Amino acid sequence: MQEADTIRCDACPVLCHIKEGRTGACDRYANRGGQLVRLDPHVVLNRAVSHGDPVVPFLEASREWDGRVVQTPETFVTAIGAGTTYPDYKPAPFIISSQVDGADMVTVVTEGIFSYCGVKVKIDTDRFLGPEQNLVRAQGEPVGHVTTSEYGSQMLSLGGVHHLTGGGKREGRVTCETLLDLCNGKPVELSIDGGASVVAQAGKPPAVNGALEERMRVGCGSATIGMFAKQWFGKVDEVVVVDDHITGVLSEHQAGKLLGIQPTGIKMKGRRSTPGRYFQVAEPGTAWGGTSITDPLSILGEWNPKIARPGLRLLMVSTTGEHYAYYELDETLRPVEKSLPESLAESVERVAENCEPALVSVLFMAGAGGSLRAGVTENPVRLTQSVRAALTRVTCGGAPVYVWPGGGITFMVDVTRMPENAFGYVPTPALVAPIEFTLRHADYAALGGHVDFIRPLDSILKDESRRAAPHGENPWPLAPAAPKAAK
Amino acid sequence: MREPAQIRILPGGKRLHLHDGPMDLIVEAYGGTECVRAAYRAAAERFVGILDELCGELELLRQEAGAGSAVPEGIVAKRMFAAVAPFAASAFITPMAAVAGAVAEEILRVMTSAAALSRAYANNGGDIALHLAPGEEFSVALVDRPDEPSLFGRATLRAEDGIRGIATSGWRGRSFSLGIADAVTILAATAAGADAAATIVANAVDLPGHPAIERVAAREIQPDTDLGEMRVTRAVGPLQQLEIEEALARGLAKADELLAAGWIGAAALHLQGETISTGIYASPEKGRFVSPGSPSGGNFLHA
Repeated sequence: MQEADTIRCDACPVLCHIKEGRTGACDRYANRGGQLVRLDPHVVLNRAVSHGDPVVPFLEASREWDGRVVQTPETFVTAIGAGTTYPDYKPAPFIISSQVDGADMVTVVTEGIFSYCGVKVKIDTDRFLGPEQNLVRAQGEPVGHVTTSEYGSQMLSLGGVHHLTGGGKREGRVTCETLLDLCNGKPVELSIDGGASVVAQAGKPPAVNGALEERMRVGCGSATIGMFAKQWFGKVDEVVVVDDHITGVLSEHQAGKLLGIQPTGIKMKGRRSTPGRYFQVAEPGTAWGGTSITDPLSILGEWNPKIARPGLRLLMVSTTGEHYAYYELDETLRPVEKSLPESLAESVERVAENCEPALVSVLFMAGAGGSLRAGVTENPVRLTQSVRAALTRVTCGGAPVYVWPGGGITFMVDVTRMPENAFGYVPTPALVAPIEFTLRHADYAALGGHVDFIRPLDSILKDESRRAAPHGENPWPLAPAAPKAAK
Repeated sequence: MREPAQIRILPGGKRLHLHDGPMDLIVEAYGGTECVRAAYRAAAERFVGILDELCGELELLRQEAGAGSAVPEGIVAKRMFAAVAPFAASAFITPMAAVAGAVAEEILRVMTSAAALSRAYANNGGDIALHLAPGEEFSVALVDRPDEPSLFGRATLRAEDGIRGIATSGWRGRSFSLGIADAVTILAATAAGADAAATIVANAVDLPGHPAIERVAAREIQPDTDLGEMRVTRAVGPLQQLEIEEALARGLAKADELLAAGWIGAAALHLQGETISTGIYASPEKGRFVSPGSPSGGNFLHA
């Protein structure tokens, strides 16, 4: 009665029958494509099968993988999994000393519980996501709002103490879950009141109303004309850059005029803003230049017979360079599509080349409150002063942070530069995030640090710990440059 | 190819790790150096044979427990059988519901017989057997979702409280559940008893027929499961506040029943961010799980 996709595991006397894609009772052995594979280490099991992470086929591997991604000669202990108490009436879980270029450095490692926290989400799209100030919802609950548009992107501000603890119970829980998922790099579905639905995942392209946004446009249609006018000059008589915001027309545009480009007799549909710039040539959509246009000629009217001439060369291109077409006017002044001349192909490619991949970026923002700082020093305000004076470096899971000017230690960090699954939560609800303070031993003592609790680095490494490779773009947290020389 | 049991001292030099097939135990003993060493030696010796012993009677242990069913022979199997017996009359249960707790208890038993220990625990994947000499206590931390551990609360167990077993069950855990609780944690006199009771109470936290709950015949996922065609929970969609309360209330009623009968000492039930608890460590305030006599704001602070 053994089914076709089932294998029998003989790694232990339980002798489980394991179905394709499943694990046995132990969660250590799995059936992958009819093969018995061993998954190591124990904790990454379910993920390995469902997300296709590397698995180690057993019997083939000559030695067991020790769980390290790469062997790093130096070690920095992050606060992930350090644990914490709340309020922090006790010294932070780990206060570690390590020698860096002869100077005794101290790193205070703790996991902060942040009720005052949230994320700023930058979504690379020119699509309308929703009116400024409108609520952003997850699972129907308000979790944040639409804030100012930025160049080529829309910004959302999610979380914050009011949604976490100031609203309904479910609102707080859903907000916490949304922040946690975004910070840990998982996709989250958001809907904006009076606007779009967005699937956001840090470091991945956004999906707006189900359509994946792949590239940021190089600029609006008018800006594109400005940037490329010189490259088109002499090679073509007219260029229309199709865009759902502002469509640009080379011969009418200031940039074209400056080059002495002659009028062509082109007639655009849509509402003219200033010369060479047109609003609303079409409805927003997923075709040409973020519009609903599939035939670009549909946005042109009749050519003016007094100005236009047969043989006139016309290039139409979208702001991302994904769509383009080349035409020449026939004897009756109708555009006839021809293959793109070699001399223009390069400029179209350059438009495309200048469009960066559209991404969602997530910055976690939080403030280290007095009690968290008390885990570091007996006199919390001194820690703030020390950070201000750049004697103490703050990192979040080893990643660099931007510390806001003004009072307190309010910081922002790019979650994609932190190790995997660095964030946790408590049911308060509040987020748990790692935070490390690194400074010289002498400076630590001077600000009233818990020097009696300092442990040498190798005593920490004897404990069970997860090792991860540092993120390639992060400066090494213990690099001597950052905390400036002491007073 | 039979993989041998793995026995090692964990980095740090204090705890013993025992692994064989689906069994994975972390063991720690407190006492004089010689006593701890003797206890670990006894644990390791006993551990090596347990899996084969259990597998010899596996077919019987996967049968529904009931008045007329045959009694197994092994000491661990007998303990499993005894632990589920009280629940067999009113619900479907097999001795497998107590396997993790029963194994933990057996390891703890040989350790405490081999040496005088002040405290010891054997933690078998979250099902924990405890030893406390008079006057000793354990501080225990609780999590509400095993897949996304976050500290939910702490309880201090004192020798005189009579709690020697802790177990957690829920649909997110490694074993199947018929209910929808994220986690149900039970404190009881024995680990096997706590294990069986956690299964029963977690099964009772439920909203039968609710469209947001995805259930699948257990056999579809693990062909050998003791649950056969019974439909186990695979996913629970967002529930309304009133529904969460209703499901928890059903579980709580079951927990109170077990409490009144003296089978358990305390229970904490978690579902989608809501927590409810009952028993000797439950404070009057809902959602708190504190040890009796501790000053307010003492050793429990979250939730």
